[in-house]
Formats: sequence, structure tokens, C-alpha cells
Amino acid sequence: MLDAAIVLANFVVIPALSYGSLLALGALGVTLVYAVLRFANFAHGDTMSVATMMAIYCTWWLQSLGIDFIRPLPTALLAIPFAALGTVGLLLVIDRLVYRHYRQAKAPPITLVIVSVGVMLILHGLSRMIIGVDEQRFFDGGRFIVSAGEFKEWSGLKEGLAIKSTQVIAIVSAVTLMAYLFYFLQRTRTGKAMRAFADNEELALLSGIRPQKIVTSCWILVAVLAAVSGTVYGLDKVYKPFTYFQLLLPIFAAAVVGGMGSPVGAILGGYLIAFSEIGLTYAFKRVAGHLLPPSWVPDGLLQLISTDYKFAVSFTILVAVLLLRPTGLFRGQAS
Amino acid sequence: MKKFAVILFAFVVMSVSTVNSQETIKLGVIYGFTGPIESLTPAMAWGAELAVSEVSDSGALLNGASVEVVRADSTCTDSAVATAAAERLVTADKVNAIVGGDCSGVTGAILQNVARPNGIVMISPSATSPGLSVAEDDGLFFRTAPSDARQAQVMTDILLERGYPSVAVTYTNNDYGKALSDSFSTVYQAAGGKVTINTSHEDGKGDYSAEVGALAAAGGDALVVIGYLDQGGRGIIQASVDTGAFETYILPDGMIGESLIENIGDPLNGSFGQAPGSDTQGVAYLIEEGAADSIDAKAVFVGESYDAAALILLAMQAANSSKSIDIKDHIFAVANAPGEKILPGELGQALTILANGGEIDYVGASDVELIGPGEASGRYREIEIIDGEIETVRFR
Repeated sequence: MLDAAIVLANFVVIPALSYGSLLALGALGVTLVYAVLRFANFAHGDTMSVATMMAIYCTWWLQSLGIDFIRPLPTALLAIPFAALGTVGLLLVIDRLVYRHYRQAKAPPITLVIVSVGVMLILHGLSRMIIGVDEQRFFDGGRFIVSAGEFKEWSGLKEGLAIKSTQVIAIVSAVTLMAYLFYFLQRTRTGKAMRAFADNEELALLSGIRPQKIVTSCWILVAVLAAVSGTVYGLDKVYKPFTYFQLLLPIFAAAVVGGMGSPVGAILGGYLIAFSEIGLTYAFKRVAGHLLPPSWVPDGLLQLISTDYKFAVSFTILVAVLLLRPTGLFRGQAS
Repeated sequence: MKKFAVILFAFVVMSVSTVNSQETIKLGVIYGFTGPIESLTPAMAWGAELAVSEVSDSGALLNGASVEVVRADSTCTDSAVATAAAERLVTADKVNAIVGGDCSGVTGAILQNVARPNGIVMISPSATSPGLSVAEDDGLFFRTAPSDARQAQVMTDILLERGYPSVAVTYTNNDYGKALSDSFSTVYQAAGGKVTINTSHEDGKGDYSAEVGALAAAGGDALVVIGYLDQGGRGIIQASVDTGAFETYILPDGMIGESLIENIGDPLNGSFGQAPGSDTQGVAYLIEEGAADSIDAKAVFVGESYDAAALILLAMQAANSSKSIDIKDHIFAVANAPGEKILPGELGQALTILANGGEIDYVGASDVELIGPGEASGRYREIEIIDGEIETVRFR
């Protein structure tokens, strides 16, 4: 019984929690832009990629200086603030050069979506040109908090439980950022102004809210979210421009499932997508083996769909939500 | 305008006549210098180039012809790119024969789209798919690497002798992975082993925890990773180490290399596998030469690569022609008995014997013995990873 729970925790719950946290951060970035600037920002995945690239260069620089006082935590955590600053700069420059023009021309949202696809391609090309298409590893420090072997010895169980330090970093940083984001949106003056602007732009302008300030603070939030989620994903898995490009799909699925424009929805959507991607492709044979008497255990793997179809899961959820409940679980704006 | 045309014509005549006066033989070497096995190919190409420079320096080939190598990138995975690169070798660089390709899929594509239409001989050092044994080749295709049907047998023997009666198998989703995993599971199960799961993985993904979850659920005494060490194969092992899913990994030829050990580290100790390789004295010569150029000549397919280039050049001497169409029928004769045994470093001597009408039996760095449709009979090196080093346990 306990063994079954451990297997499930090791292969489903913990990976899905950390993956879900990062998807939630990504979806928050997408949803914020959608709420405030009113377009679906396809460039978000590659913004994360460029942010991570900055973090990697910073990490290498810090490593070459021999700065390692935060061991056993990875040096890259120190690099995140620099990367976030760089990303803020990048997004503000892009906004000034690209998006502002279309905003002032009062372009319809679909135009902005296409514009963001252009930005996405440019950022993608940029990261491929600067750091290259290969995988980059920049993790250092202690890899495990609990390793499978140690856990088995300590608990005397048949199954091991491994908790990677990066998984904990992912969950902790996501929860911290989310908490701060809600505090910001609910309690601070700028946050309230942002929500007002999102609810009704004209009314907000009439009450004297400066639109440029709202736009700027929105991009700052998005940049920080992108830098943290991108870097931590790269730490946990591996950095490769193409993988970040692919991340766009589950991130959008998460944002749409939760309801575009709803921060709570984005977070729940992130976890929902992560748990369904991992849960539906997981083979439950070993869990069943611990729960059922041996003669009842089936020969098959008890796997709903093959892992090859992992990305199809997010697609299917995306399509189902758009068909059945276009506003998402939390009644965001219909897209 | 007329004057210009005359000058141009003169140039063309001059350049043609320079080619004719002193024969320069060109060998195309097409390996995946970028892509999933890019960490292996530089040493492989070095092997081929060593044989070429040895022959070229001896001055004994076809009355003093010089040989040069033209490299091209097969990418290992993209058949369209590989075909275009090979086409360029044949039409623009006018190579006499091709050493390569490296991975089975692109090798098959080059064979069908470039080598056969143009009548170019190609010898691959590393394409191991059993499918290539039965591919239509007009007698143009050879390989110094054995078919994976043989590797499947060797892997089965190693596993059962070491006492692993049940394994999980994951393979990279391409010609090589599918063919080796299929023939392995057939042979292994026929010998009494149990394959708990035989599933594919895609290269180039960021995260393999779902794949490893399924493999772990199926269980088994060890995990057979049929993939590439710079790609999904490494990702699978990393994810498995992270979750503690398996402790022992079986590494076929595409997975064996220093970069795997650098990336994974200690958890790899105790894993084992096999790669084509042999214990002929010939390897010593390569290792010595390699040390001078800081190349690890013990790496997989380096000896086979040397042998592939050497066989082509020796066959040219035997045929007394540098044309592919003439040399294809002499490859078997120089590779197999009867004749004087030839090791690496003795190519000059071999050329002299052939020029005098003698016969040779090329042994080379990989104990070359061609069988059936022109492939190596297959000597394998059983390796084990001990304290972060790839140690050769024995030869099979």
C-alpha cells in the first residue's frame, strides 16, 4: 500500500508538481498579457528561452569568478535577477519598437497575435544564433535532496523516492512568485490599476490611470515570470531553444483551460495539464502490483496512451475546452 | 565578348589538362558532423583520413596517384540533407567513391538516391541496420560494420551470461533503433529472456520522465538503451538515474563514448554493453597514430572507418582503375583470404603486392571478414564501465 503511494509519488506526483509549477508560471505570463494588452502572446515561450540564455551566460560568468557561496544550491539562482533585468529591458524595447505602434493604431487583437508570432520567430532565431541549437547544461550544486537509494535504505520499503533539488526549487519559486503576484494585483496601487485597466479600458482611462505605466508594469511582471520559469525549467531538464519553442503548446493549453485572462485559472490550468500529460501516459502496472493480490495483476502495462502522444494530451484538452467551454474554467474572456 | 570566351576556353582546357597529367583520386567521407553522433564522427573521419594519407604518401597507388578526402555532413538523421550532400560529392566534387554514411537511415537514402544512380561504390563503417543486408545495391554497397542482427545475438549472450533474465528496452525512433530493438527482442526471447516492454523514445526532447515512468512500471533487471549518447539515449538514462528507476544500463554501439560518462557520472558504473571492435594488433597502430593527433582511436567505429577507406583504395589497386564501376568486384577479393595478411600501417606494402599481381587478405583494425551481401561478419568488444572508465572486458 505504502509502496504503491511511493511509486505514484516518485513517477507521477512529484514530476507533475514541478512541471505544473513551471507551466503555471508560463501560463500566468501569457494570461497577464492577454488581460492587459488584449492579445495572445505567442512569443512567450521564446521570451523564456532568451531569458534562460541570459541566465546561462550569467551563470558561466559567476562560475568563472568562483562565486559559489550558495552551495548546495545551483549558481544559476544568483543569475536569475540579472536575467530578469535583461529580459525586462528586452521586452520594453520590443514593446517600444513593435507593439506600441500597433496599439496606437488600435490594431485588432488578431493583428497583434500575428505580430507576436513574428517576434517569436525573431527571438527563436536570436537564441539559436547566439547560444546555438545544442543542449546546454548549467546545473551545479547538489542534485538530490533525497535519492532513491537513500530513501530505500532509510524507509526499508521496496520502492525508492527521489526528490531532486531542482524540483523543489521549481515548486518553491513558483509558489513565492504566485503569492507575490496576487499580493501585487490585490493590494498595491499599480496592481489595482492594472486590474481596472483589464476589466474596462475606457473606464480606467477616464479615472486617470496612465496606460503607459500599466503596459510597462505588465511587461516587467511578464519578464520576471519568464526569467524564473525559463531558468528553473532549464535547470531541472536541459536548455535547448527548440524545447522552449515546444513548451508554448502546454503553456497555452494551461492558460486556455484556466480561462484566458484569469490568473487563478492559469495556475490551476498549469497543474491540470501537467497531471494529465504525465498521469495519462503513465503505466500503472507497478502501482497495481502493490495494491492487488499477485494473481489479479494484469499482464498489460495499464497505460492509457503511449508516451509518444504526450503532446497530443495538451492538444486534446485545448480542443475540448474550446469546444465545450470556450471561456475556460474560470470564465476568462472568450478568445 | 569573343576574346572573353577564348580566355575562358583556355582556362577550361588548362584545368582539364592539369587533372589529366597527374591523377588525383578523391574520396568522399560523409558522416554526421552535426547531429546526434557528432561527438563520434571527428575521430571516425580521422580514421578514414589516416588510411588515405598513408596510401597517398606511399606513392604506390596506380603509379603514384595522390588521394584526397572531401568531407560532407550527413547529419545522421535528415535523409534529404544527406542525399543533397552526397549528390554534391558526386556531381560537384567528382569523388571516385564514398566512405559512409554513418547512421543507417541516411546511408540507405544515399545508397538509393545517389550511389546507385551514379554507380558509386560506398563503404559504411557504422550503418548497422539489418535492413541494409537485403537492400538493392547493384553490388555497390559494403560495410565494415556488422549487421545488427549479429549485435542482437551478442547482446543476448552477454545479458544471459551475466544473469539478466528480464530487461526493459527503449529505442530511438528511427531505422537503426527499430531494427536493433526488434531483432534483439526476438533473439533474447527465443533464448529464454523476457522483454518487459519495448518502446520508442524521440530524440531532442527536454524531458524523458514520462518515458522512464512507463519503463519503470514495466520493470526488469536492467534497461537496454538503444539510442544515441548525445541525444534521447542520454536523456533517458539521466531521467532514470534521477528517479532511481533502473541501476544497470545496457549500452549498444551508439551509446558508448566518453561524453556519456562525463554527463551522467558515477551512476553509470557497472553498466555494460558492446560495440564492434576487435583485438587485432592493428588497433595498436591506430592508437599510436591517434595519440599524436590527440584522437582516441579506441572510440567506436574509428577502426572500421580506417578499414572502409583502406578497402576502397586497395580495391582500386587490384582493379588497376580508380573508377567505382571497376572496383566494386574487387572489394571481396582484397578483404578476404587467400593472400598476405595486411594490418593497418602496412597499406603501402599491400599496394606493392597487388601491383605485382599478388593477393592480399586485408585484416585491418577491425578484423575485416566480409560475408554475404558485403558486410562484416562481426567481432564485438564487450565493455563495462568501471570507475568512470570504459574498460574492454573481452572480445566476442
